[in-house]
Amino acid sequence: MDALAILIPAALVLGVIGLAAFLWAMRSGQFEDLDGAAMRILVDDDDTGPPDISKSDS
Amino acid sequence: MTDAAIITTSPSCCVPGDLVAESAAGMRRPVAIDPGAPRPDLSAFVRTDDLGASHLHLFVENMQCAACIRSIESGIKSINAISTARVNMSTRRLAVSWRDASFDPRRIIETVNALGYPVAPFDPEQLGDADARDERGLLSALAVAGFAATNVMLLSVAVWSGTDMGAATRDLFHWISALIALPAVAYAGQPFFRSAFAALRGGHLNMDVPISLAVLLAAAMSLHQTIGGREHAYFDASVTLLFFLLIGRYLDRRARAKARSTAEHLLALSATAATVIDADGGYRLLPMAELREHMIVHVAPGDRVPVDGVIEDGLSDLDTSLVTGESLPVSGGVGDRIFAGTMNLTGSLRVRVSASGENTLLGEIVRLVENAEQGRAKYVRLADRAARIYAPVVHILAAATFIGWLATTGQWEPSLIAAIAVLIITCPCALGLAVPVVQVVATGFLLRRGILVKSPDALERMAEVDTIIFDKTGTLTFGRPELKADGDWSKTDLAEAAALARHSRHPLSRALANTGQIAASNVQETPGMGLAGVIDGRAARLGNRAWCGIDIDAADESIGPELWFRIDGRPPTRFTFSDQLRPDAKPAIEALRAMGMEIKLRSGDRRMAVAEAAGVLGIEDWRSGCLPADKTNDIELLAGSGRKVLMIGDGLNDAPALASGYASMSPATAVDVSQTAADLVFQGDRLMSVVIALRTARAATRLVHQNFALAVLYNVIAVPIAMAGLATPLVAAVAMSSSSVLVTLNALRLRLMKLG
Repeated sequence: MDALAILIPAALVLGVIGLAAFLWAMRSGQFEDLDGAAMRILVDDDDTGPPDISKSDS
Repeated sequence: MTDAAIITTSPSCCVPGDLVAESAAGMRRPVAIDPGAPRPDLSAFVRTDDLGASHLHLFVENMQCAACIRSIESGIKSINAISTARVNMSTRRLAVSWRDASFDPRRIIETVNALGYPVAPFDPEQLGDADARDERGLLSALAVAGFAATNVMLLSVAVWSGTDMGAATRDLFHWISALIALPAVAYAGQPFFRSAFAALRGGHLNMDVPISLAVLLAAAMSLHQTIGGREHAYFDASVTLLFFLLIGRYLDRRARAKARSTAEHLLALSATAATVIDADGGYRLLPMAELREHMIVHVAPGDRVPVDGVIEDGLSDLDTSLVTGESLPVSGGVGDRIFAGTMNLTGSLRVRVSASGENTLLGEIVRLVENAEQGRAKYVRLADRAARIYAPVVHILAAATFIGWLATTGQWEPSLIAAIAVLIITCPCALGLAVPVVQVVATGFLLRRGILVKSPDALERMAEVDTIIFDKTGTLTFGRPELKADGDWSKTDLAEAAALARHSRHPLSRALANTGQIAASNVQETPGMGLAGVIDGRAARLGNRAWCGIDIDAADESIGPELWFRIDGRPPTRFTFSDQLRPDAKPAIEALRAMGMEIKLRSGDRRMAVAEAAGVLGIEDWRSGCLPADKTNDIELLAGSGRKVLMIGDGLNDAPALASGYASMSPATAVDVSQTAADLVFQGDRLMSVVIALRTARAATRLVHQNFALAVLYNVIAVPIAMAGLATPLVAAVAMSSSSVLVTLNALRLRLMKLG
């Protein structure tokens, strides 16, 4: 049963990290243009990041 | 017409086959900012933020692939002042920002136009910004619910399978579950709680009331069980429910937002702004709402006239087909009245605004459309109709369970637990997913075939249609003249005439322009008359009889639209034209008949033209010379006799009829008011789109009904178990998940169906 003391917090921490990563990705606009994302992989010089939502209103 | 203008009407990159057809049909699509026109001032659309950076948002047309993204973004970034340029492919928007206050944003438009993409500026604050925030809120809620559901399920599965688990460990697991589930429910449940609260305050029930009750009661009861150290906690049910329902809610919201943004895009490209000429001769781009009477508006060739007014200066050919249904262009000169929605074809015009906003012909038609739409707002969606039955039944069942248990056992606690179990089990998880998933699959299927679904309940209404009324010009036909093959002209005549015709936007010229390889030089266009130029050192003319010096009485007038071509050294030749039916009009009409539809034709065009089209298509019930009110009257008469009418049209004169039809469709070449009024907009040349849309609508509605039936079946089995008090958390989890997966799989069957 000692294992639980490590495994449960470990599971929760990993889950929280995943959730935080998703929320960060969403806030930083990575789900704003899924069609474009599929095409941008074909563009060679991908030198810009996604737009900052706090500035752009689209 | 300049070469740059030619580029803007043809996509410049890897275009799939069906899109080429679309761009050919899109000849009448407005070029929002004509490259040949003087550059108007954009300051009304530029937004400056607190940090001193300026932002401009543009709709971009004709973007198809990665190369388009690359060329637009790198093209704009090659301008030094620009700090960021980002294309959004999903919404076809371009956001540009720069810091240098002295930079002239017109250069951005010039750059993008030069690359071959027409653009239109828009004000992002006027477009569904709140919706985007709403959508992000739903997505956050979905993420939190998903996180909670997986982690609580991890613990719950351990409890269910751990037969040798001690009570202390079980309680620990329940407490950890509570720690995760309670905040998650409080956060992720808000969309449902808010909607349920609003419904209750309004004195009625919606689907969110039983959902909120089930989620909250499940959480509360589980907490009570956990505090008491008892066996059954339903935390997993409460968060899993939220997770599934949020998926449905998010899909529904996304589908709507996508449909709306497409519609907004179409609108913005046709008329967001007018180019106003100030007293000092400067050009300014003003949003439509800021136009006032007596202002002078510049209308470049190829633009749609934005206002009602009088021509102050200039001479041009005007395509009024979208306003009146008349298929031939008329010429307009100084002093002529001109109506919003007319396409200016050949010459630049200055128009004095005589009416703005509500008082225009357009405004009047918009009012008619709004009146008609109020009638349609009464339609109740299938899911809401189901909810009206569902919600009371669920509450009655839960109450009956509680009373039944109380009567037999006399203890309130197990009675309450059984009643809550009924609420959890009946929670419309499957129903909440059943409709959105079908909707998403169906609209996605149609979108890939160039059919945009604009209103969320459009497919349900389409499925019930039994009568179809077609408009002729632009709907059954292309609304543009095509060269008749049986003239007495030779291939050389055609090729040489085409060399001149390529320099004009006049629809008769466009009909010739795509043939031949010969080039002409020194081409001049005289609006209302024709073109003159030099081919191989010989003077040539293409235009009306007077232009080519033909005796007016030489031939009969009744033959329809014609163009004369005259070149030195040869007698003049005549080209005749007719408004061709869409190539698949006949099979499409036959397919519609085979589906049991009654087909009618109502047109504002001349009797001869309508009779001919009706004859070819075998439509017996037709009328010509219809005014907008005639069409709506017909529809109301049919509706009065119990018919459900699908109206299909494209003109301004069709807009009220489109809005008063039970359902409506319009081609993407239609005037903006009609596209707004229509439920579905189809792109491309194929009238078969109507057949595909109807088949898909019927299939989708059938699937929704099947999913309802599955949900009912599931409840018939699960509710007695819950009422008997046998619904342990494990049973609830299995039943809920399996029913949700089942309806989702059933909805996905739409992809396998053959719908054409």
